[in-house]
Amino acid sequence: MNYKIIHKTEYSYTYPVNLCYNEARLTPRHHVYQQCNDNQFVVQPEPKDCRERRDFFGNTVYYFTIQQPHNQLTVTATSRVEVKGRELQRNFTEARHHDDSDRVTSEAEHLSWEEAHQQLHTDSKPEILEMRQYVLNSPMIPAMPELHAYAEKSFTTGRPLLEAVEDLSTRLYTDFTYDPGFTTVATPLDDVIKHRRGVCQDFAHLGIGCLRALGFAARYVSGYMETEPPPDQEPLSGADASHAWFSVYLPQLGWVDFDPTNNQMPTDQHITVAWGRDYADVTPLKGVVFGSGTHELFVSVDCKRETEA
Amino acid sequence: MTDTKNWKVIGDSYHNAKSADQQIDEMLSRDSQINPHWHGFMQALDTLGLTEMESRHKEIQRLLRENGVTYVVHGEQQGHRPWELDPIPLIISNTDWDVISTGLTQRAKLLNLILEDLYGERRLIKEGLIPPEVVYAHAGFLRACVGLIPAGFPFLLNYAADLARGSDGRMWVLGDRTQAPSGAGYVLENRTALARALPNLFGEVGVHRLSFFFRSLQNSVLDLPLQYEFGQLGQRESASRMTSHQKDNPHVVVLTPGPLNETYFEHAYIANYLGYTLVQGDDLTVWDGRVWLKSLGGLRPVDIILRRVDDIFCDPLELRQDSRLGVAGLLEVIRQGNVMVVNPPGSGVLENPSLMPFLPNIAKHLIGEELRLPSVATWWCGEPKQRDYVLANLNQLVIKPIYRQPGGHPLFGSELSRTELDTLRAQINAEPHLYVGQEYIHFSTTPSLVEGKLEPRRTILRTFLFAEKDGYAVMPGGLTRCEGETGGLTVSIQGGGVSKDTWILAPEPEPHISLWQQRTERIQTAAPSEGLSSRAAENLFWVGRYAERAEGQARLLRIMLDKAKMGKMGLEISHLGQVAPSTRFTETFGEEAREVSELTYLRSMLRSLTGLTSSHPSFVNKGEQSLESELLSIMLDTENSGSLVSTLQALVSAAYAVRDRWSTDTWRVMNNIENLCTTLENSVPKDSNTNAQLLTDLVLQEAELASLDQLMIFLSALSGLNAESMTQTIGWMSLDMGRRIERALLLIVLCRSSLVAVQDEWIEDLLLESVLAAAESLITYRSRYRAALHFPTVLELLLLDEDNPRSLLYQLKRLQEQIRVLPREKLGYRLSEEEQLILQALTQLQLSDTIDLAERSEHTTQRNGLEKLLVRLAQILVDMSDVLTHTYFSHSQPSVVSN
Repeated sequence: MNYKIIHKTEYSYTYPVNLCYNEARLTPRHHVYQQCNDNQFVVQPEPKDCRERRDFFGNTVYYFTIQQPHNQLTVTATSRVEVKGRELQRNFTEARHHDDSDRVTSEAEHLSWEEAHQQLHTDSKPEILEMRQYVLNSPMIPAMPELHAYAEKSFTTGRPLLEAVEDLSTRLYTDFTYDPGFTTVATPLDDVIKHRRGVCQDFAHLGIGCLRALGFAARYVSGYMETEPPPDQEPLSGADASHAWFSVYLPQLGWVDFDPTNNQMPTDQHITVAWGRDYADVTPLKGVVFGSGTHELFVSVDCKRETEA
Repeated sequence: MTDTKNWKVIGDSYHNAKSADQQIDEMLSRDSQINPHWHGFMQALDTLGLTEMESRHKEIQRLLRENGVTYVVHGEQQGHRPWELDPIPLIISNTDWDVISTGLTQRAKLLNLILEDLYGERRLIKEGLIPPEVVYAHAGFLRACVGLIPAGFPFLLNYAADLARGSDGRMWVLGDRTQAPSGAGYVLENRTALARALPNLFGEVGVHRLSFFFRSLQNSVLDLPLQYEFGQLGQRESASRMTSHQKDNPHVVVLTPGPLNETYFEHAYIANYLGYTLVQGDDLTVWDGRVWLKSLGGLRPVDIILRRVDDIFCDPLELRQDSRLGVAGLLEVIRQGNVMVVNPPGSGVLENPSLMPFLPNIAKHLIGEELRLPSVATWWCGEPKQRDYVLANLNQLVIKPIYRQPGGHPLFGSELSRTELDTLRAQINAEPHLYVGQEYIHFSTTPSLVEGKLEPRRTILRTFLFAEKDGYAVMPGGLTRCEGETGGLTVSIQGGGVSKDTWILAPEPEPHISLWQQRTERIQTAAPSEGLSSRAAENLFWVGRYAERAEGQARLLRIMLDKAKMGKMGLEISHLGQVAPSTRFTETFGEEAREVSELTYLRSMLRSLTGLTSSHPSFVNKGEQSLESELLSIMLDTENSGSLVSTLQALVSAAYAVRDRWSTDTWRVMNNIENLCTTLENSVPKDSNTNAQLLTDLVLQEAELASLDQLMIFLSALSGLNAESMTQTIGWMSLDMGRRIERALLLIVLCRSSLVAVQDEWIEDLLLESVLAAAESLITYRSRYRAALHFPTVLELLLLDEDNPRSLLYQLKRLQEQIRVLPREKLGYRLSEEEQLILQALTQLQLSDTIDLAERSEHTTQRNGLEKLLVRLAQILVDMSDVLTHTYFSHSQPSVVSN
């Protein structure tokens, strides 16, 4: 599937801003099931100093500074992405590490969570050692006893890890209410747990927190999702939004994505932009602004299917 | 060897002072003999005598206090604590030091390689030499810093290690300081103080000098850009954009978190000693991919930053977003190779005790060597067996988190109650990988001078290293800290310990080295405005204003207190001296009128005081009943932001913010002012219920006048030092402009409150005399005019006399000179805002006529012309202060972080 995504962020300031420094993580990643064919940034006013680099997680970071007084800052990222359909049980976003034969794959898929846990914590293969960092707490996902208690119920004795995580994701979808008005990017996780409501970012954080509480490696994925317009209607421009979900690491298989907000496993309608330990690692646009006023923010995302040329 | 009897006696009594658990001692051998490397010192001590040593000790403390050596203490007893130095040094023999410094160099090299790996490929983790949690769960591992420094370039430039001698006689490493180690400045200050108090000892004993180390440090810093370029070859496409001038002549700054930091004194001291600019985060800005210093003359590129700001605060864009101590965009400039930060952010990951158990293996793996200096035995709870050991021996171990939080302390198992141990056990079980247990070492004691006797105190030594071209230079000395009282388990300055000088014995005497003799080929010449940050200039400006304000307030207060002391209502006219209109007046109008007039006079003077202290309404509205208590409040009340004490506090804190700008003498004066300020504050009884009269009795004694006299002397000394001992560069100009503006404003206040209203002739005479006295122009008036007080003549002297350094015109002319040479962009023939303002003020003033000004306006009891002129001038001066602040001092605006 081919997509064209236009992600536009607009800041309006009450007083002119003289100087700002920004980092954008708005460039879709490459992975086994995804190819980013084009990515353009248009920033207004035009930045004096800008550069691209890869961060610790391999995400593309676009750094830019604006050194002239401005009342408005607009960042428009336009990307063309090709997403290959993932088979439901095999949507691993990284190449498998070992023997690719079906037998091994099938065994790995049915690996019990106890077995998977054991491998993750005792195996000394370099790639497994590196994954242990995703078991640890991260800035926005502290350890909480509630997470452990909640997660446990999905992890019955001998259950395959994949099945257990799928169950966890479904329970999050059922038990928590999607409520865009309730949380902001800064709402702490325990508020989300207390009130059982939140947005995709919170759902993803919950899933990750639950998995880490049980000692599994989990990470945060930011991206977009194609929203299908009602039948007989043209899709509305800018009606889409950034999306987020989580990914769990399976020894021998790699990372498997789950979208608890929509109770599904991403296939060809999810476009991956960046991943990290939590939202703080992949904030789409953040900056330090030198100015004295307040600001208003307007974000629009337009994610359209394109027919192959 | 000569007569050794006596000093052996000192040694014996020292031996007897030791307790059973103090087994190993720096001075005494196991068989209680004085170690040979202590002989020289003990002989000298014996010649001097312990009593004399005690008095030298006092001398040292005085020197340190006067030099303003302080350590900011947080917590219960907040404030600046004077630095404590024990006169008995820790002495280390030449051979012992060889072992230690070789071990330290090896450790520094090893740690540098580890840093390079952790922020590069992380093979140590992938190959299983370091468990992932040891790094990834450590808050000092900064993912944004991965790839920041190209491989092959030294990462760990500045390194310090805490050492202690264990019962086996070897030095053990207790901890590593790898991001912004502090202490080197205190080492220098300790050495200076000790050398002054015990001048002969160093030569007799043969001690390694410290200046070699600092000289080599300076050279290494200057070489950094060259090294960096070398390190970058083949590593990155984008070459450093530094010009060859920058490489030869880099601009080096010391980045401090500011005066509230616990070791701010040292930041200023080191900057001053090494000749670098002391800056705070706000002084720097990132522009066009470079770091710049915001100086009075505009932006000036910065090439090297020696930082004292912790890792995570260095860049609000990529690290802690709420940081106000760093520079937004700094990491990206480092990545571009356009600035060097020493040590680069991220290096704090090595301040991590959970690395210690793995170091021996890493050493074998990376450099193929055994560790020469052992680390204190450490068990990392992230490994089940080690955790079990720690939990089983919790009450004997020292427990530390792997990441040291600000204000966090290690826990001593032996000091914890059963419940506390249970809590700790639960914490460890919940997140075992975040804790280590360490062996509690009974480390060695060193003699300390306690109440005229030598007593054993356990000591820890902090050593310092700096990267050179081919390795590391080790400072031949260090910061020794010893426990304040015997038996305590912690040895730290924050926890109340005492410091010591550290003597490394030299095989032969060394020549004295001055830092001036360095690098004749690379003399740095800087334009006057260079190197002075706008923030520093602003602080100097305010030092000028506050010093002048304090002087004006103190002078007027002294006049008032003098009067208040006399008689019931505090006025004794005859005291006013030579002019003596009182007799004539009393004869003419009688006693009753005299009292009424006294009040009128008093009210005018009080209005002046109110104006000078901006403590409205106080005397403007209130009756004279509250005279004494109000006077006291104006003088001593810290709650009253206009009081003399508050002004002094503001003066001291502005001066402290530019600590590196003052000569030792100036700082001594400043210290005297601070101490006097504390004395004044403390003279107010804490009980607020005390009635005004009691307060008055308590305080309005000779003592207060005496302290005001003293204060006037200190302030004059300060003003003299400012005028005569500061180079007249932009910094001095800022200070002087502050003084001029403030002096002009004070004079205006004085004139407005006392001279605008028309009074009976003889009261006016009284007022004129007091105003002249308050404006320090009474003597001039008398010697010049000899006649009675004449209103227009007084105005002439106070306002328009260009030769009177206290006159308004004099202040304005001086201001105009300063403003003329301020750095600015040329605007063609147009005058800058501040040039226009000063021209307006001068014109207004010079066009006025004192005879007209002295005239009473029709149908009023006022001199409206005078009032109008003074109001205009005051407004212009206030505007001027704002314009200067806006144009020259504040390039920055508050920052907002948004997501």
